[in-house]
Amino acid sequence: MRMPSPKQTLAKAEMDMTPMIDMTFQLIAFFMVLLNFAETEQDARIKLPSSELAKPPEVALESPLVLQLTKDDKVIFGGELLPISGLGQPLSREKRFLELNGVDPKEATIVIRADGDAKTGVVQEVMQLCQENDFEIFALRAKQELAEEEP
Amino acid sequence: MKLRNTGELSDKVDIQMTPMIDIVFLLLIFFIFNFRIVVQEGDFNIRMPVAGPSAASIDTQLPIRVRLTSDDEGNLTGIVAGDRKLDNFSDLHQFILAQVGNDAGPDGADNMEVELDCDYGLKYRYVISAVTAISGYVTADGHIVKLIQKIKLSPPKKPS
Repeated sequence: MRMPSPKQTLAKAEMDMTPMIDMTFQLIAFFMVLLNFAETEQDARIKLPSSELAKPPEVALESPLVLQLTKDDKVIFGGELLPISGLGQPLSREKRFLELNGVDPKEATIVIRADGDAKTGVVQEVMQLCQENDFEIFALRAKQELAEEEP
Repeated sequence: MKLRNTGELSDKVDIQMTPMIDIVFLLLIFFIFNFRIVVQEGDFNIRMPVAGPSAASIDTQLPIRVRLTSDDEGNLTGIVAGDRKLDNFSDLHQFILAQVGNDAGPDGADNMEVELDCDYGLKYRYVISAVTAISGYVTADGHIVKLIQKIKLSPPKKPS
């Protein structure tokens, strides 16, 4: 008796990859849209206080400089962790830079992202240092809190 | 002459999917690990010139002074608005509402200014709560009603 050749009986098993690839691309698209690289200024060491009135600004701030204050009286400015006393020099450098670019420091905005447990006196000292360098517009940043609904 | 049977020629062209799927999964892993749920942030804008009355403050009334005191640990111990001792930020909000209501003219709140005088060690979150109570409120339908927008902090008083 003649045996059938194995080549004739074995069928090639093929998996349909299309739905999986569709789903994977949809997931990638979802994460790409939601990923926000612009939020790099947010530092995990800072726990912002919350406020129900804190709404994202509708127009972009004018020449913003972000100062982040930790609860142990340090300032994060330009990625560097500085003591309060070491902030004067970088601020005057920023002031010169703005002036060279034709921007009046009085019109620049200092964004203060201070930890909820930071001392108010330290925040005031930082603002005073900014004032000494002719900055006078401040934006106190808080995270958005949803208003509690009354029962 | 008999030609050698080379088998059936298939029309189906197989594309190698493996490298593409590898890259796609790597991309997916990258995005998953970099994904963070970011809470929306907002600003309270204040303008504080160095010293002396600014052009903006000349036409305003004397600022309402709000004093916030703290204990050694930075917790809030008292709120005094003008001469009145208040119990909490809700009372401060009512006080501000009364002040804005008492002020004559449609733009009453625009001409008013509040100066926050805080203890050096007070936790900053109480300042934001005070600023929230002073600067407005959210209505039931989610709209923000603005009250006093001119808020300034008094100079720091370092404890001796």
